[in-house]
Amino acid sequence: MSESGGKVNKKRIYPNWFLIIPLLLYVGFFLLPSLMGVFYSFTDWTSRSTDGVSFVGLENYVEIFTSNKDYVSGIFNTLKFTVVSNVLKLIPALLLAIMLQEKMRGKNFYRTLLYLPSILPFVIIGLIFKSILNYNNGLLNGVLEFLQLGFLKQKWLSDLDVVWKSIFGLDAWRGIGYVMTIFIAGLSTIPKTYYEAAQIDGANFWQRLRHITLPMLSGAIMINLVFGLTYGLKVFDIVYVLTNGGPGHATEVMTTYSYQLYSSGQYGMATALNTILLIITLIVGVFVVRKIGKQEVQQ
Amino acid sequence: MKKTMPKVLKQVFCILLCLIVVIPFYMVLINSFKTKPEAARMSLALPTEWAFSNYTEVIEKGKLVQGFMNSMLYAAVSTVIGVMGSAMAAFVMSRRRSKMYNFLYYFVLCGLFFPVNYVTLVKVLGAVHLTNSRLGIIVVFTSAMIPFCVFTIRNFISSVPVELDEAAVIDGSGPVTLFFKIITPMLKPTLVTCFILQFMGVWSDFLTPLYLSSKSALYPMTMAVYQFFGKNTNHWNYIFADIVLTCIPVIIVYLIGQKYIVGGLTSGAVKE
Repeated sequence: MSESGGKVNKKRIYPNWFLIIPLLLYVGFFLLPSLMGVFYSFTDWTSRSTDGVSFVGLENYVEIFTSNKDYVSGIFNTLKFTVVSNVLKLIPALLLAIMLQEKMRGKNFYRTLLYLPSILPFVIIGLIFKSILNYNNGLLNGVLEFLQLGFLKQKWLSDLDVVWKSIFGLDAWRGIGYVMTIFIAGLSTIPKTYYEAAQIDGANFWQRLRHITLPMLSGAIMINLVFGLTYGLKVFDIVYVLTNGGPGHATEVMTTYSYQLYSSGQYGMATALNTILLIITLIVGVFVVRKIGKQEVQQ
Repeated sequence: MKKTMPKVLKQVFCILLCLIVVIPFYMVLINSFKTKPEAARMSLALPTEWAFSNYTEVIEKGKLVQGFMNSMLYAAVSTVIGVMGSAMAAFVMSRRRSKMYNFLYYFVLCGLFFPVNYVTLVKVLGAVHLTNSRLGIIVVFTSAMIPFCVFTIRNFISSVPVELDEAAVIDGSGPVTLFFKIITPMLKPTLVTCFILQFMGVWSDFLTPLYLSSKSALYPMTMAVYQFFGKNTNHWNYIFADIVLTCIPVIIVYLIGQKYIVGGLTSGAVKE
């Protein structure tokens, strides 16, 4: 429909001033800081720069990629977390959603309960699991011992080989319910008749999954990917509370490094790291928004 | 339907999953009533002696009343302004589909991906004299929820028939009456979803207050708990009591609004 067409005067009943407050807030306190961050990433801005900053070119970026402080592994860890945490949540959540979609006693109760962890503050969950994963008196090692599985006991938060598994495990524990709920919402929009027809044709579970469920679920998958990817790239709370980047710098991610740099007053460096994160999310974002755009055109 | 074995297996599997979710919470709850040495063992056994005083103690020491008031203020004010503002914007963007409004929509949508740059955000807040103030924190929370809300609500508005607008205009309503009297009631499911999700989101947020409040008087509950943990690392009985008190408000909101969460996600985000 063109702007001037239609039966009513669009300018009058859909006024532009409805847009002002949200756009102003969004631009002022969301977009502007990000763009300013790009600018400041080329400066020597620190907590002591009271009389202006000066340009240092790519110095901050060179520092990030060449210093011995392991910022590069922080970038790598962020990407690793994003990929692994999403795989670990999406696949089990989809299977759970399919299971809890079928007729089954108590399914609403299970849905409610499985969603519960994802509504609680991550700080809280981090603190709870800091106690559960404690080597000496934590619940997890206690239970393993009780079940005569003492050989599985681990230093969950201080062993370099185990600590990432603990983080991924906790992240899945918290997040699967949320991903599952979105999948259930998507599944409920698929007409039952499709499955009945497939049943008549003798399609098995995997065939139905591949040819009916997955294609019809593309909207829900996309939503989960958007939220999952952006969440993964921006992850902070879980790492900060559970390990604070340790042991050593083994679990440091970009946001925890950035916070450290900010706390020590190295603002220019912090903004450079944030700018790299911005570029990564932009690349991912453009890719996903294109996909969403395509879907809208198709429908 | 024919076989009962898989059914039983499924139930057992679900119950096991639920136990994995529930046991940590049970451990926290039961240990929050124990004395300090007993809580330090973190067992699942009932307390030998119920220490209800943990709660009164922690409310006082952990500055929980102040934290609760701050969290409430941040979450309530920013969600009301953020969701209603986004709904108004989404309404205009959805009804006027010219190039410019589509561009604006995608422009706002970018915010779903952008990471907030807190370092420069602190500088921007300083420029408008909002650093270390409750208003500043509210403004930041409000701004951060706009992309999600505009996205969810706009998708929903497409399903509200334009004929409603036309009828209302013929009856003589202006844009404000049209939006608040006619459109808003139609949007109730998606608005409630946004309110609940954003309310819980603000309540749970940790990073924003970490950067934006250096005064403990501004701390929301999450920060208050974390600070308390830092000062009382070995008092697990207090920490657990603190955790219970911080979780209760979110759990109440969740239980009241849970049907809207699933329902709203269907209509808003998934269906399109």
